[in-house]
Amino acid sequence: MNLLDPQGPVAVANSTILVDSVFIMLTIVVPTIVAILGFAWWFRASNPRAQYQPDFVYSGRVEMVVWAIPALTIILLGGVAWIGSHQLDPRAPVPGTGSPVRIQAVSLDWKWLFIYPDQRIATVNSLTVPAGAELNFQLTSSSVMNVFFIPQLGSMIYTMNGMVTRLNLRADNEGKLQGLSAHFSGDGFPEMMFDVNVISPLAFPDWVATTAKSDQVLNEDSYKKLMQQSVERGRPIYRLADPRLFDMIATQHIPPGPGPQLTSDAGREHSGEHDAR
Amino acid sequence: MLGKLDWSAIPFDQPIPLVAGGVVLVGILAVLGWVVVKGHLPYLWHEWITSVDHKRIGVMYILLASVMLLRGGSDAIMMRIQQAVSYQSQGYLPPEHYNQIFSAHGTIMIFFVAMPFVIGLMNLVVPLQLGVRDVAFPTLNSVGFWLTATGALLVNVSLVVGEFARTGWLAFPPLSGLTYSPGVGVDYYAWSLQISGVGTLVAGINLVTTVLKLRTRGMNYLRMPMFCWTTLASNLLIVAAFPILTATLAMLLLDRYLGFHFFTNEAGGNVMMFMNLIWAWGHPEVYILVLPAFGIYSEVVSTFSGKPLFGYRSMVLATMAICVISFMVWLHHFFTMGAGPDVNAIFGIASMIIAVPTGVKIYNWLFTMYGGRIRFATPMLWSVGFMVTFIIGGLTGVLVAVPPADFMLHNSMFLVAHFHNVIIGGVLFGAFAGFEYWFPKAFGFRLDERWGKAAFWFTFTGFWITFMPLYIVGMLGMTRRMQHYDVAAWRPWMFVAAIGMAVLTIGVVCQVMQLVVSIRNREALRDRTGDPWDGRSLEWATSSPPPVFNFAFYPDVRGEDAYWEMKAKAKQQQFEHAEPEYQDIEMPRNSPTGFVCAFFATIMGFALIWHIWWMVIVGVIGAWATFVVFAWRDHDEYVIPAAEVARIDRANLEERRHLVSLAGTV
Repeated sequence: MNLLDPQGPVAVANSTILVDSVFIMLTIVVPTIVAILGFAWWFRASNPRAQYQPDFVYSGRVEMVVWAIPALTIILLGGVAWIGSHQLDPRAPVPGTGSPVRIQAVSLDWKWLFIYPDQRIATVNSLTVPAGAELNFQLTSSSVMNVFFIPQLGSMIYTMNGMVTRLNLRADNEGKLQGLSAHFSGDGFPEMMFDVNVISPLAFPDWVATTAKSDQVLNEDSYKKLMQQSVERGRPIYRLADPRLFDMIATQHIPPGPGPQLTSDAGREHSGEHDAR
Repeated sequence: MLGKLDWSAIPFDQPIPLVAGGVVLVGILAVLGWVVVKGHLPYLWHEWITSVDHKRIGVMYILLASVMLLRGGSDAIMMRIQQAVSYQSQGYLPPEHYNQIFSAHGTIMIFFVAMPFVIGLMNLVVPLQLGVRDVAFPTLNSVGFWLTATGALLVNVSLVVGEFARTGWLAFPPLSGLTYSPGVGVDYYAWSLQISGVGTLVAGINLVTTVLKLRTRGMNYLRMPMFCWTTLASNLLIVAAFPILTATLAMLLLDRYLGFHFFTNEAGGNVMMFMNLIWAWGHPEVYILVLPAFGIYSEVVSTFSGKPLFGYRSMVLATMAICVISFMVWLHHFFTMGAGPDVNAIFGIASMIIAVPTGVKIYNWLFTMYGGRIRFATPMLWSVGFMVTFIIGGLTGVLVAVPPADFMLHNSMFLVAHFHNVIIGGVLFGAFAGFEYWFPKAFGFRLDERWGKAAFWFTFTGFWITFMPLYIVGMLGMTRRMQHYDVAAWRPWMFVAAIGMAVLTIGVVCQVMQLVVSIRNREALRDRTGDPWDGRSLEWATSSPPPVFNFAFYPDVRGEDAYWEMKAKAKQQQFEHAEPEYQDIEMPRNSPTGFVCAFFATIMGFALIWHIWWMVIVGVIGAWATFVVFAWRDHDEYVIPAAEVARIDRANLEERRHLVSLAGTV
């Protein structure tokens, strides 16, 4: 999950900006720290060779330099921020080979649902994507806020109930990555890590075909069961009954998830034993 | 009768909070018992609890902050241990407990440690630096303190009666809404902050008015010590920002209590609105904390370098620039919420612009040291430690202000490391520097330097060992608030962080030892001169501790570094001026208003949390009646006769003359 080991163009660009910004700032920060320690040491009261200048309280030249140094740095970094924000806007297209894959991600309490509307399949806590293709994410939440984040693919984005956020990514190398939620969402929050399987574009149709044979069907009813507060340690796969399911969630035709049922001891036991603990 | 409150609210099945709460309760009862048995109660009541003396109130603020620092620090230790042991396991804290701990840690450290610490120092010092006898509204000052204490009390009650919020320290809805947080935790959170928020607002109004309206003769704005300037900036921010917090939490409470839909998922609620509002308060809040700390460093660096502050006007400009710009950057807390690139870029650049005046401040301290004769007393160590630490925190801060970098680092452990870097390295180091620096002024004896230096070095190294690993795990993709994790690469760093926490803890122990040792040796450490550090501003012109009226005469200020110039002049004139004509001094009378009002506010808050409506009414009426009684008071001042003033002042001058004649020979 190393941010400095990017596996897609968005992450490459993000981490390049990150590293470059650090180095730009270090060119000033390091000399400043050295100067602080140097001045503090040299002008110690016990140093007879240091010249005491109690009247050195103003110098126009020094003032100009001390305002100019941070200002120039910030102008430079501001340019980086402006250009970077536009180029790396989460909604900006990330062209890839082959046709883009549409993925609709829903953060549930406390698992991730990935719907592939064009392939008519869905998965939980496991995201399988073809290498090299543009990935168009639409995201929403069944209940509380979460953040969808695959560190090695780049930019994260919030998921919110009743709203759809967008994110475009691309994974360049086959392999296994990990994703997580980067916004605290309750007791099962640490269980919201998910697998990201980047497979070859040739293998992707086979994987879709296999998944579509699943005997579990995701429809409104099974979704409502899924969105109850719980954690999922397996990696369930579903056939998708209705490709409009995501829209129904995002537009609240399916109401938000119910939250905890702990008004009684039974409820407490339920949330105590079956969930994250 | 008791609303939602019954025996199930006491966590008999959870030993940790129960034992912790029990120990605290026993401690409180023991202290109370000792006070009563020893007959100190009348003294405490007359001299402290009902005191409206800004110095006493300042000391009580700092005491509150110190006690809560131990509480918040215990939370931190538990969290570090949990994350060190919870690789592929549940650790020792179940999520519902761990989540309360990090929520309480953040809430306590910001609202009940950092805030009262800096407000306490401002209260203690600013009227002295301005050369006046009290703050603008002395009784209101007491009310502000006691309401803050009420908030702190309620947060701690949640340890044993019910639960605290499990939502993080900003309680984002919809998680903090009634649907997803049906317990009383969020209510404890919200009512604590509502009540203490009123206290903070009152303190802010008071200090703004004090700086603007009460200054001694000749103390015009551009002669005020830097700490007064940063106090002004910080309190202007309080006055502007805290009402936003109050309104935001009020809306959240309306959602929770009366079925409103400000921040719910359905019926037109908008959770993004909460994000905007809470950060519209939350971002200025960090500058509310750090600006007074900047003021403390300015005083300390100048005093211990034996030089006036370099570039004073630049510093004033930088302070006020930070004050204004800090209100225009809140959106950088949620670049990843899907705002467009223009919005993100503009807020990113605005955030970076704050680094310019902040950088200027660093350079001005640097050039204050240049050509100085630096004495490395403990306050100066904290200040130099701050400069080095804070620059790194500033670097990472500017980094997360770059939106594309933030897209990777938002909410990560990197962010956690960043804000601890600036809050510990900036605010806490500043609070400690101020504590060491002004302690002799408040109590009349200095603190032990050996323990103080040990505390600095342990805290400083402990800080780096704890938080550098957090930067690294952040770069390894770790997000904040994880009760457990399965990623092997994070584990060694969490161990290192836990070791750092142990070193930090030694630092805190040294700090406590310093206090104990110094109190024991107070006669040897006695400051008879009122000016133990060869200070430059007016607080050193009076005795330590100062008399209740601070100054027998309003000092006449002729320039920056008012006291430094007076000392220079006094040396020349050899004190051959005639004794002044002493006059009666009127001082505000003590008042139990603050304490009584907070007592009823506590009842009200507790009752609101548990839905005990009759008790809410009792609390509201009680608090209101307290104010009415206070408003109808007949006598609010008492007179200190001229003879008494003369006696106190002569004794002080005698000691001081002695000092100057000694210093003149050096």
